[in-house]
Amino acid sequence: MKKESLVSINDLSKEEIIELLEKAKSFEQNPNRRVLEGKVIATLFFEPSTRTRLSFETAVNRLGGRIIGFSDAATSSSSKGESLKDTIMMVNNYVDLIIMRHYLEGAAQYASEVSSVPVINAGDGANQHPTQTMLDLYSIYKTQGTLENLNITMVGDLKYGRTVHSLLQAMSHFNPTFHFVAPDELKMPQEYKLFCEQNNIPYYEHRDFSEEVINQADILYMTRVQRERFTDLMEYERVKNVYILHNSMLDGSKPNLRVLHPLPRVNEIAYDVDNNPKAYYFQQAKNGLYARQAIICKALGIDIE
Amino acid sequence: MTTAKKELAVAALENGTVIDRIPSEQLFKVVSMLSLDTIPNSITIGNNLSSKKIGAKGIIKIANHFFKDEEINKIALIAPDATINVIHNYEVVEKYHITLHDTLRGIIRCNNPKCISNNEPMETVFHVTRREPLEVTCRYCHRSMKAHEIEIL
Ligand SMILES: [Zn+2]
Repeated sequence: MKKESLVSINDLSKEEIIELLEKAKSFEQNPNRRVLEGKVIATLFFEPSTRTRLSFETAVNRLGGRIIGFSDAATSSSSKGESLKDTIMMVNNYVDLIIMRHYLEGAAQYASEVSSVPVINAGDGANQHPTQTMLDLYSIYKTQGTLENLNITMVGDLKYGRTVHSLLQAMSHFNPTFHFVAPDELKMPQEYKLFCEQNNIPYYEHRDFSEEVINQADILYMTRVQRERFTDLMEYERVKNVYILHNSMLDGSKPNLRVLHPLPRVNEIAYDVDNNPKAYYFQQAKNGLYARQAIICKALGIDIE
Repeated sequence: MTTAKKELAVAALENGTVIDRIPSEQLFKVVSMLSLDTIPNSITIGNNLSSKKIGAKGIIKIANHFFKDEEINKIALIAPDATINVIHNYEVVEKYHITLHDTLRGIIRCNNPKCISNNEPMETVFHVTRREPLEVTCRYCHRSMKAHEIEIL
């Protein structure tokens, strides 16, 4: 296996995605393996994200690797005005792999071009977050037994939500049907609808978050509707309670339905949903550990079993 | 004698390059894009000349200077119909249309302020994702820009 960076979910073919899902499954059965013995891995978080960093660092620790790095730009050399390139050139002298999160879009792509070791993108601004997408795919695969022919219903902020855009592109390999539920101001952008059309993927748009829409879904992918995304605050006031999932809304849903959310949530999933067996967002986050273990091994060219 | 040949004769260019059919409003942008202000050679610039094909046109004649493909092709962004005449010994020995390459390096500024290319001393890279009408996409942040949004570095 060759070493390679992961910058965007679009870097992966359908075969590579399936292979990563199989590896994630294997790591879930046994997450503690010392395959990173003797390796040093950098986690460079130019923007803080405790959730993502802890998931990556747990993945490395459970594989027996060691970690160096920083958890926000204030403590890093970039706060002294050092360029990203210079930081990467320094760090890649010391480590076997760089995991980085950055507030600027395209930062991971650029880092992967200048770095002598592979780079895994742990989020670059509003652009890409491929390990989030892999954990979403693994969660869907695990709960549905397949990725093929599913009804994926996305709810909330479909305009700015990078997780839904990446998930849409990744799922395009697997013959999905999409339902997009969003207020007018936060509708799925034209380019992604065009992408569906070009790939013969049926999609339906809804303004109402109705039980009719919920009842046909296999996956309900919820996102945050944030006040600062609205140009028209009247519109925000009108819709802010429309895209909230309550437990009673799941009464007529399919038995295999699972509710996903990239977390953290604000109020878009009521707490009474948490105890419903169809609520899957906490396990979803846990799946991130296995998905990231699989991705780290792929980036380093380490074949397990 | 063709019209082109008559015009060329005016400047009596013995050896060099003539860039013809530049839209008048883009002429001085082309001059700066090619950094002609830094070339010591003799340069003749004509503007607002009549052209059947593009209305008012500009023309640039540079003595004893020949462009590499990657130097000259970038002007296709603002002067897609421009033609290049290579002159040797008062004769046009080569005449061709410029074409925009699929990848444009260090030519365009990304209009996304949160793009890494606007915050790091690095070369921008754009891919031509559509030609008619023109659309380019940033390699780094994936922002797409149409012709009127393109800012030349
Ligand atoms: Zn950009």
